[in-house]
Amino acid sequence: MGSPDTVMGFKALGLETVPVREPEEARRLFKQMTRPDQPDQYAIIYLEENLAAPLADEIDRFKDSPVPAVILIPGKDGSLGLGLSALETAVERAVGVNIL
Amino acid sequence: MPKSAVTPTRMVLNQLKGRLRTASRGHKLLKDKRDEEMRQFMDIVRRNKALREKVDQGLTEAFAAMSMASAVMSPEMLEQSLLYVRQKVDLGVSYKNIMSVNVPVYDFKTQATDLTGQLPYGFAQTSGELDDAISKLYQVFEDMLELAQVEKTMQLLAEDIEKTRRRVNALEYVMIPELEENIRYISMKLEENESSTKVRLMKVKEMVLQDAHHYQQ
Repeated sequence: MGSPDTVMGFKALGLETVPVREPEEARRLFKQMTRPDQPDQYAIIYLEENLAAPLADEIDRFKDSPVPAVILIPGKDGSLGLGLSALETAVERAVGVNIL
Repeated sequence: MPKSAVTPTRMVLNQLKGRLRTASRGHKLLKDKRDEEMRQFMDIVRRNKALREKVDQGLTEAFAAMSMASAVMSPEMLEQSLLYVRQKVDLGVSYKNIMSVNVPVYDFKTQATDLTGQLPYGFAQTSGELDDAISKLYQVFEDMLELAQVEKTMQLLAEDIEKTRRRVNALEYVMIPELEENIRYISMKLEENESSTKVRLMKVKEMVLQDAHHYQQ
């Protein structure tokens, strides 16, 4: 999932791509992809980082379930470091302090 | 004083002792579990971090190559060449058990393995930059899959560690001290009862002796 420019390349790799033209669309599309009546539809969802912030609550819903894995990837404009901060949150959760 | 009301009887004492034994054993086991989970977690975190950096960097490169390609080719042309997808990815999910946490293991198959098989377009009308971009993306994608697996594992483990840690702490600082406190209270109460019974018996004996023999000590 990401802007059309970002997902274009992945289409060539054979992945199913969901182009998001407007950030407002992201929530609706994400909900559609993770419908509860079809829980195993997608195992991994790669989500462009700049769409992640408004979707944080939706993403958190899947933190503790084995599928789907929502993985943030940097967009066309380079990394925002959100992926690494997700890692730090997990460490903090497990250890109690951020030891990285 | 014990927090909850306990009846100071021998039966309750035995029950509490049994519970204390179970609690201590559970505490020890959970502590071991937590330590092992933590060890695995740290390994995974380290791997995740390395992979994340690799993917971030790889994707940035791939996107740069992609924009090169889109600069050389017209947008219509680019879209057209990627319109028909030849490559197909099959993703299978199985589960692995790490310390009783079910983590996903992805198994992915692509139909074509060489680059020419992957590309959905002919070479004639497209630029070399596009080939380059796609092949870069393809390389990154393998890391991305591993990243997905590692990251999910990490999140699930983190959740379980949190749970285990709470259990260990609850046992260590609440359950076990409370049980010990109650046991101490009951055994003290029982001892007290015993000595008061003893004193009573001695008193009775004295009275009986005096009655029978006018015996004075």
